[in-house]
Amino acid sequence: MSNLTSKLTEKTAAELIQIQAKGEANAETITKAFLEAIKAKDPKVKSFLLVNEESALATARSIDSRRSKGEKLGTLAGVPIAVKDNICTKGITTTCGSKMLEHFVPPYDAHVTEKLHQADAVILGKTNLDEFAMGSSTENSAYQTTRNPWNLECIPGGSSGGSAAAVAACEAPISLGSDTGGSIRQPASLCGIVGLKPTYGRVSRYGLVAYASSLDQIGTFSHDVTDTALLLNVIAGKDDRDSTCTANEVPDYTANLEVPLKPFTIGVAREYFAGGLDAEVEKSVREALDVLKSRGATIKEISLPHSAYAIATYYLVATAEASSNLARYDGVHYGHRSKDHSNLIDMYSKSRGEGFGSEVKRRILLGNYSLSSGYIDAFYLKALKVRRLIRDDFDKAFADCDVIAGPTAPTCAFKVGEKSSDPLSMYLSDIYTISCNLAGIPGISIPCGFNSKNLPIGLQLLGAPFSEEKLLRIARTYEKETPWHLKRAQIS
Amino acid sequence: MAITADEIKWIAHLSRLELKPDELIAASTQLSSILNYINQLQEVNTDNVEPLAHALDVSNVFREDVLKESLNVNEALANAPDRQGNFYGVPAIFE
Repeated sequence: MSNLTSKLTEKTAAELIQIQAKGEANAETITKAFLEAIKAKDPKVKSFLLVNEESALATARSIDSRRSKGEKLGTLAGVPIAVKDNICTKGITTTCGSKMLEHFVPPYDAHVTEKLHQADAVILGKTNLDEFAMGSSTENSAYQTTRNPWNLECIPGGSSGGSAAAVAACEAPISLGSDTGGSIRQPASLCGIVGLKPTYGRVSRYGLVAYASSLDQIGTFSHDVTDTALLLNVIAGKDDRDSTCTANEVPDYTANLEVPLKPFTIGVAREYFAGGLDAEVEKSVREALDVLKSRGATIKEISLPHSAYAIATYYLVATAEASSNLARYDGVHYGHRSKDHSNLIDMYSKSRGEGFGSEVKRRILLGNYSLSSGYIDAFYLKALKVRRLIRDDFDKAFADCDVIAGPTAPTCAFKVGEKSSDPLSMYLSDIYTISCNLAGIPGISIPCGFNSKNLPIGLQLLGAPFSEEKLLRIARTYEKETPWHLKRAQIS
Repeated sequence: MAITADEIKWIAHLSRLELKPDELIAASTQLSSILNYINQLQEVNTDNVEPLAHALDVSNVFREDVLKESLNVNEALANAPDRQGNFYGVPAIFE
């Protein structure tokens, strides 16, 4: 890669906007630089399932031409972006990492895709994920396993592993993902970048392929908190096509980002530092708390007594919803249809048996089992009750705290194959991220160091519902004092 | 708590999901261990706790009933595995 390419691709979105405003490079040059980076690195990193070179360049050229005519451009004009492949893009294949949707070409754009077009962002392509966003490593993708840009033998986390690795590998400055139980924050943590899961209802899910509808939320990946705010400004806000997407006012998340919140209180839950937490991760997170303390934070020890039950609750709620959501893949309307069948029911069963991978099947089975007669009270309804207790824990905590801080993931990135044969141990890697989705609150992971093997560590901050502005300001307060967000992975 | 291969077969049938023999065996051991883990919820006292199906406190969200453009027939059928005229083709339902 040329020097110019690597110089441009290591920039943030905010910097790329400045570079264009100053006339140092135009959208076409910037887009070409990222496409060149993808060609050079992606055979190793495997972030992308599809790269949309021609349409990306055409968009970039049209932005340049509109700029030269003095037309008003969107807030992300000429900024390349990667989009997780469970977010619908009109006319562009959206596979969800599944054989079921191998040839699915959406006839419409997701709400967030429309918003990206309106902001004049340049969509580079679609990124890899665990099939139907079910997984924590991208190893459940029917197509490929994405690699961690900091160590190609390791997984990037998941399920939005492709979107996280694309930003960490400087193949895109920003990207979109979705987070149902940690699928943005965990890969952001493992890849050393910033990942935000907004409040449930903050961003429309219209056009996001449904996994667990009461938990799914679209969010962002970026190198730093400023870019997170820029991108959240674009995607947040009401959309009539998602009735859970609220009309709550959307502030300009960039406006007060540099104004530190003072004084503020950080809750530290003792349950988030319990057994199973890697010692090096704990050390970095404790150091991050000291940094925040030095910036005026009061640290308050709190308890979230029901967090021990979050994973069990999640795997009942999420699979119950998934088993219903995935009933739509019937081989009739779209998606895979088996060629070999004797009647209608057989066609359904074979199409689904051939189209879904093993994790998806496992979750459909578990979901339907827990919803079936004789088990629904003991499993599904019990889980919904514990879900309320988990939410109550947070409500109590946020009465006294501005944010809750802790590790995003219990360990750094693990090796490809290390946990793929044991689903339960894979599930446990989401132990700190999952309760946030059950409660519907926002959460962000920001880089807070590296372990002795040069693998990134993430700090998670959780906030009260619709407190993204405060969450981002506190995250920025930490980021300003530390060098981690400036590091870039070098792919050899 | 163990889930037997027969129970998996029944749930798979209800789910309209054909499993290969090795998938059936794997599902039975893996789901048993997941259910064992999940069973810890039984130790939580949830007397008088209302179930929480949804984190947001919204219900009955209405919009104006106005005519809007939607997908045309060709767009709606573009991904159909078997298109027959303006319809989805399916295997015969009646003998």
